[in-house]
Amino acid sequence: MFEGFEGGRMPAAFMSAGTSSFTEFLGAVSPELLPGHNPPAQGGGEHLTPDATTIVALTFSGGVVLAGDRRATQGNVIAKRDVDKLFRTDEFSAVAYAGAAGFGIELARLYQVELEHYEKMEGRALSLEGKANKLAQMVRGNLGMAMQGFAVIPLLVGYDERSEEGRLFSYDVVGGRYEEQNYHSIGSGSVYAKGSLKKLYREGLSEEEAFKAVLEALYDAADDDSATGGPDLHRKIFPLVDVITEDGHRRVAAEEIERLATEVVERRAAHPDGPTAPLS
Amino acid sequence: MSMPFYVAPEQQMKDKADYARKGIARGRSAVVLQYDGGILMVADNMSRTLHKISELYDRIGFAAVGRYPEFENLRLMGVRFADVRGYQYDRSDVSGRQLANIYAQTLGTVFSESLKPWEVEIVVAEVGDSAVDDEIYRITFDGSIVDEQGFVAVGGSSEHVSTQLKDRFAADATLASALNTATRALAHENGEERELEAGNLEVAVLERAREHRKFRRIHGRRLRTLLDEGRSGTGRAAADDPDAEGGDQE
Repeated sequence: MFEGFEGGRMPAAFMSAGTSSFTEFLGAVSPELLPGHNPPAQGGGEHLTPDATTIVALTFSGGVVLAGDRRATQGNVIAKRDVDKLFRTDEFSAVAYAGAAGFGIELARLYQVELEHYEKMEGRALSLEGKANKLAQMVRGNLGMAMQGFAVIPLLVGYDERSEEGRLFSYDVVGGRYEEQNYHSIGSGSVYAKGSLKKLYREGLSEEEAFKAVLEALYDAADDDSATGGPDLHRKIFPLVDVITEDGHRRVAAEEIERLATEVVERRAAHPDGPTAPLS
Repeated sequence: MSMPFYVAPEQQMKDKADYARKGIARGRSAVVLQYDGGILMVADNMSRTLHKISELYDRIGFAAVGRYPEFENLRLMGVRFADVRGYQYDRSDVSGRQLANIYAQTLGTVFSESLKPWEVEIVVAEVGDSAVDDEIYRITFDGSIVDEQGFVAVGGSSEHVSTQLKDRFAADATLASALNTATRALAHENGEERELEAGNLEVAVLERAREHRKFRRIHGRRLRTLLDEGRSGTGRAAADDPDAEGGDQE
């Protein structure tokens, strides 16, 4: 029970008209549960939590696709082969993070509750713009930790019910919010993944084409960045892919990704550099 | 300076209880009952925005009657409690029983300590993995808590409504026929006979088969379709029709 739940009364904050923001409320009643409550005294703690690596996202005709590789690294060591960096945050949005894993998970969990809490308190969901701005404030709140070496950056994707399209939002460490057009990638392999997406993206991709494009982009990232994991055919570990359309959020079935990723690997056996773009 | 009159504690409690009962009886009722796919919540409510029925957590719904600002306070408290609990531990660690207990304690404290008791009666319902795991709690203005089986009516002249419900209730009814049972019971409140239309009703379900959050409001075209099905008794056949599950949702 909460501190102060005595004599059958909840603390006054629980009953006040107060805020619809979960973060603000938690800060008032149980600040020790908030991220960054107990920061390390000084820097140099980078080795304490693994780094999550590459995330890619792109829009297609029906919405938006978000995908991540499965690797987390600690220096030159592979810390985890099957990490899940994608979080369904509500029916029409999802976030993925790159950077300090421990803080990324905490940020994503808190953000999930934040969106749902607002929706329940107010009786209606935040607009996608509102969701994007809220995440910016939360990333900004982590700046102190980022300065200590625990930088974490999210990528927010969502289906905007008002404009009826998929949208992407990227962030910098200080909470700068940038809307991205068509495709984006974050994390250590993002340079290669973005280059790949640049050549693969076209207007009006179908859902399956979008899945293929993100899997190719992740393959390219894994090809050139040692911190990004490629499809692991032996252990059956494949990238994770979420898709958000007007019907809401869906994690693409593991069998479907296994089939598509295996095809990518087979095609690369013949053409190791992957699909080429025409010059004219 | 005048001396206050001495009032015996028994009398004081009785006066408070009478006051609260009268206040609650002035409003319309709400009913909560099981159906074959989960738990159905129906309230007689003209407003589309001032809800009597709301979501507390993944599997847990809230229905209330009486004074709006008072039960709205309780709803906000429940959402906050559930979200803090779920964030601190795990989503599966938030239970209807906890919430019902907190409501009971809060209402009990208000009843014994404040001059004016709260004129509210609330239901906390939790949908389980199967019908036997469903939980429905009724909490009254004085903090009494009752573990109800299958169905419950609160507010207004809830005894009339309960009697009606008891005659017709079937835990394995389809959504349309359960809704028909509920609206008929509500329509017979105070012995009067009224026709309840989609515009007078606030309807929500806790759908056992849904992923993540089980709470869904039903309104607009889908509600009208369900009401028609229930009246014409085609509810059972329509349950197999996948289109019946579609419609506009919020």
